[in-house]
Amino acid sequence: MSSENGKRLLETDAGGLNFEATELTLGLPGEPRVTSDGGAKLGSKRGFSETVDLKLGDNNREVKLGHSLQEAAKSPVSKTQVVGWPPVRGFAKRGKKSCKYVKVAVDGAPYLRKVDLEIYNSYQQLLTSLEDMFSCFTIRNYLNEKKIEQVNGIEYMPTYEDKDGDWMLVGDVPWQMFVESCKRLRLMKSSEAVGLGLTTGPKYSSTN
Amino acid sequence: MNYFPDEVLEHVFDFITSHKDRNSVSLVCKSWYKIERYSRQRVFIGNCYSISPERLIARFPGLKSLTLKGKPHFADFNLVPHDWGGFVYPWIEALAKSRIGLEELRLKRMVVSDESLELLSKSFVNFKSLVLVSCEGFTTDGLAAIAANCRFLRELDLQENEVDDHRGHWLSCFPESCTSLISLNFACLRGEVNLGALERLVSRSPNLKSLRLNRAVPLDTLQKLLMRAPQLVDLGIGSYVHDPFSEAYNKLKIAIQRCKSIRSLSGFLEVAPHCMSAIYPICGNLTFLNLSYAPGLHGNKLMKLIQHCRKLQRLWILDCIGDKGLGVVALTCKELQELRVFPSDPFEAGNAAVTEEGLVLVSAGCTKLNSLLYFCQQMTNAALITVAKNCPNFIRFRLCILDPIKPDPVTNQPLDEGFGAIVQSCKGLKRLSLSGLLTDQVFLYIGMYAEQLEMLSIAFAADSDKGMLYVLNGCKKLRKLEIRDCPFGDSALLEDVGKYETMRSLWMSSCEVTLGGCKSVAEKMPTLNVEIIDESEQMEFNLDDKQKVDKMYLYRTLVGHRKDAPEYVWIL
Repeated sequence: MSSENGKRLLETDAGGLNFEATELTLGLPGEPRVTSDGGAKLGSKRGFSETVDLKLGDNNREVKLGHSLQEAAKSPVSKTQVVGWPPVRGFAKRGKKSCKYVKVAVDGAPYLRKVDLEIYNSYQQLLTSLEDMFSCFTIRNYLNEKKIEQVNGIEYMPTYEDKDGDWMLVGDVPWQMFVESCKRLRLMKSSEAVGLGLTTGPKYSSTN
Repeated sequence: MNYFPDEVLEHVFDFITSHKDRNSVSLVCKSWYKIERYSRQRVFIGNCYSISPERLIARFPGLKSLTLKGKPHFADFNLVPHDWGGFVYPWIEALAKSRIGLEELRLKRMVVSDESLELLSKSFVNFKSLVLVSCEGFTTDGLAAIAANCRFLRELDLQENEVDDHRGHWLSCFPESCTSLISLNFACLRGEVNLGALERLVSRSPNLKSLRLNRAVPLDTLQKLLMRAPQLVDLGIGSYVHDPFSEAYNKLKIAIQRCKSIRSLSGFLEVAPHCMSAIYPICGNLTFLNLSYAPGLHGNKLMKLIQHCRKLQRLWILDCIGDKGLGVVALTCKELQELRVFPSDPFEAGNAAVTEEGLVLVSAGCTKLNSLLYFCQQMTNAALITVAKNCPNFIRFRLCILDPIKPDPVTNQPLDEGFGAIVQSCKGLKRLSLSGLLTDQVFLYIGMYAEQLEMLSIAFAADSDKGMLYVLNGCKKLRKLEIRDCPFGDSALLEDVGKYETMRSLWMSSCEVTLGGCKSVAEKMPTLNVEIIDESEQMEFNLDDKQKVDKMYLYRTLVGHRKDAPEYVWIL
């Protein structure tokens, strides 16, 4: 059966690639697949096995047909279709990186950035990283009460939006709690924060 | 030999421990069979449907330890429906009714209900050891029964099971009088545990050597546990997230340093990569390191950790280690025997993965390598040929290219020559898994050279029936053959049906075998169960012999058709 299939496809492959034959359909396993001869094929296999059929009876693997097979195989559609591949148990559990990307907005900056909060262990690390990222700004680092060289004279206060939608000052809660509740970050211009009576610093500095 | 009294022979047989050898001994003559069966304490049953509990009990009245395996291997990859079979209850029920003094039960890929666990816990006074691997069907209530009722429990080892976690109190069910624990592994449980109960349990278990925690056990509890159990040999860390400047971290460093016996480390189910330095003091003694559940650990932090592990014999990691990281392994781990590199994310090709380069580096640096499981982006024939030259001692070689029909990217050729080199060079090869673009040629090589091969896994390979025939004709020691998505049909299947009786099982899914072909096998070989698994209802309406079969699983058995098959399984 298989070698006949291969021959038939070669014949229809007039000058170019027989795309129809390599086309992968998004069918459920077991659903009949309509082939180029119009008939329904029972007990159909999944995407990859269809493409495997194509190279049968053909020793010249370097021929265009082999190439199109490889192209078809590269399509992301075919990957997601195949049940049980890659063959690793509990696959979903292993691969899930625990990562938490949040948007970072800086007042006055034309675009936002994203950071993965999971890669940091403390507020200090996060803020240092943000300073690197937005190198033309300086973040007011009153967590350590140290004065940072101000590049352009503008200081920023790190704030974040929590799960309840409220805007909070960064640094009041333990680090892990912050990571869990933070939805997005905003570096607010200090001048806007004046008059809010923020005289006391936050509870959690980098030494906690 | 017949002039020795039975007791002497029995004493001699005590020294024969391997299952294979004991089986051979029992075949010598009737009197040896009799002596052997009365003295046998440990039995291994690779396919729970090949024999019945009644016959087991009848033959081995002195049974103390039973190992059972249920579902076929491809069940691990969702190719077998959940309720296909492999129920342990009938076994426990039968054993409970008998006089067997069961002490140890080891199950793999079986369905274990809470009722089974409860019955188990109440039926055997001296029950000591429960090991469940890749099982499902039970909840923490079942574990509570084991904890509460098994007074002399030494081992509760749960590996990669699907457990319905009722977040209960199962740990608290260990009575105060239980002080015999040697091994406790609950890493696969997802729910909270009573941390106080855990600490008290560890405190009163002076013989505890192996402890593997789940994700819900935080760092400060870990520190307390280590302070109470510095004699641990095997540790599985649950959560490893903390602030490197905290008091808890300092305490942990001290606690870890006291644990001079730890040889095996795993877990890190949640990890803050900045804090691995606390682990360095014990790295130098490690022989087994499993970081395959820690995707947060990669890059320089991972490499630095590995550089401390000079005595490593087994390493399980994720592919985010990269080829460069494998280079570090090659330079550092000169005692390495087993390497497993798992995929972290197959759909992001090229993102964080390994290639043939990493494998070549490891093969050059780690000459004792004999067992490999390697998920990679690509592989070349040249690399495989080099690996075969560097490491002729492979017993297990499992290669999985994430794109299963990818050819050699340099030459665009199939990987026949590469795998051919592996089977030719590794004369002791027992297990092989293939992937990548492969023709019939690779099977010719396997049939010719893989004389010791016992298990072969094939997917998306071959051109014709010849491939399967080469293997069936050539591999005399073949026990398990599992095939998916290959163009093997009835003529290959029917060529030598007697061969299947020498094997444990054959799995074929999405191949070209027809219903008629399968029926033919079943007719010719009454000692085989030929199962057709088809959930699509096609079988209900169209029993045409020419119809292709979706999944076929056949296995030898002494007890005929099983009675517990679900409705979508047809036993021919």
